[in-house]
Amino acid sequence: MFTRRLLMAIAVSAVFAGSAFAQDKSILVASTTSTQDSGLFGHLLPMFKDKTGIDVKVVAQGTGQAIDTGRRGDADVLFVHAKAAEEKFLSEGFGVKRYPVMYNDFVLVGPKSDPAGIKGSKDIVAAFKTLKDKGIDFISRGDKSGTHQAELNLWKVAGIDIATDKGPWYKEIGQGMGAALNTAAASNAYVLTDRATWLSFKNKGELVIEVEGDKRLFNQYGVMLVNPAKHPNVKQEFGQQFIDWLVSSEGQKAIADFKINGEQLFYPNASDPGA
Amino acid sequence: MPGDVSALQLVLTGDPALLAIVRLSLIVSLSAVVLAALIGIPFGAALALIQFPGRQAVIVVLNALMGLPPVVVGLAVFLALSRAGPLGSWGLLFTPKAMVIAQTVLVAPIIAALTRQTIEDLWLEYRDELNAMNVGPVGRVATLIWDARFSLVTALLAGFGRAAAEVGAIIIVGGNIDGFTRTMTTAIALETSKGDLPLAVGLGMVLIVIVIAVNALAWTARRAGERMAG
Repeated sequence: MFTRRLLMAIAVSAVFAGSAFAQDKSILVASTTSTQDSGLFGHLLPMFKDKTGIDVKVVAQGTGQAIDTGRRGDADVLFVHAKAAEEKFLSEGFGVKRYPVMYNDFVLVGPKSDPAGIKGSKDIVAAFKTLKDKGIDFISRGDKSGTHQAELNLWKVAGIDIATDKGPWYKEIGQGMGAALNTAAASNAYVLTDRATWLSFKNKGELVIEVEGDKRLFNQYGVMLVNPAKHPNVKQEFGQQFIDWLVSSEGQKAIADFKINGEQLFYPNASDPGA
Repeated sequence: MPGDVSALQLVLTGDPALLAIVRLSLIVSLSAVVLAALIGIPFGAALALIQFPGRQAVIVVLNALMGLPPVVVGLAVFLALSRAGPLGSWGLLFTPKAMVIAQTVLVAPIIAALTRQTIEDLWLEYRDELNAMNVGPVGRVATLIWDARFSLVTALLAGFGRAAAEVGAIIIVGGNIDGFTRTMTTAIALETSKGDLPLAVGLGMVLIVIVIAVNALAWTARRAGERMAG
């Protein structure tokens, strides 16, 4: 009985010790689903690890949740895409500095039959007005993610107060990009998505791109170190090394080199100070 | 995991990423069951034997806790372990340990409630004998747990089933980090969100096979034990 208990105690402590070792030279990055689901991190992180020996652990969340993770001090670095929310995070003192890294764009996807009659348009605002006027099914992330914030902003630009003007056609699912695309594919609805997630998404069903190429669909990504003055546990040195690498010419080239079916998903623009 | 492959291919080729995920799933859920058993079995047995005011209410609450929603447990453990929370200095959030803690909270009430019922039934059978032999309370608990050990395997398996099946708690406290806190259930959730439904279903089948294998092992061990005990 005693030896059995001892063995059990050893087994349990071995499990705990084993995972503790893995924490040595690593940082935790809170990022968005688009960067992870598209495979970008799978492409970048091995290169960064080869160069620096630093393990980057990515928790993929919506931008709103990722920023909250940073605010609580549970991440070392944020890699997200909602400039206004990022600047608010900085102004509250939770971040040190924001670095623009890269951009891609949003696209409006919908059923091949295009019941809204907007396919091929380059005017996303007009397309949104049409969706609302005709009451065509639209899936909203509804989760405060970067994509959700971009969508809300487009309704505002279209002069539509979605909180009061929404009808049964407007469905807020409160979930990630993949879940929103799965829902749209299953119900032949329209949905706003970042291009990277769309290209790598495998359950497109009848969905096709309806509207793209409007400059208002621009989607900028930024990276920030969580402020060690607020959260002393932040791994400042390793985190800053990761940021420096992302914006270096080497990191920027690695981002540009990432392709799916020959198509580039993200465009580096760290050298553009206004981005 | 590489794209455009089936789960069956991953299993047959012994894909290291998949094996690591399976290994972590088993380590987390089995550790949680062991810890929950260390808490739940003595607690359930004591509750079966000790009379005190409010005991009925405790039993009702304990039975109800078997249905704790994983997402609520995950959120509570998240808030406790977050750097901004009371246990933040432990630095456990987004680690396998946090996942073990969350699953232990989920599983302990199941093991405790089932133990309470098993021991109470056995107590009715043994009461006169143990009273006549003048066995003290600790001795009674130990005797009853020992004699109920084969039935208690079912309680452990119920707990394991709960732990192996849930995703709501561990995805919140573990973060589904590739190669670190990704388990079978969080991988299935991830592949679903990537729209790779065939791979998600395939991984689901692999998970079910693993759960059956663990149950078969436990069953075999129980039969062997019963035979040895006569």
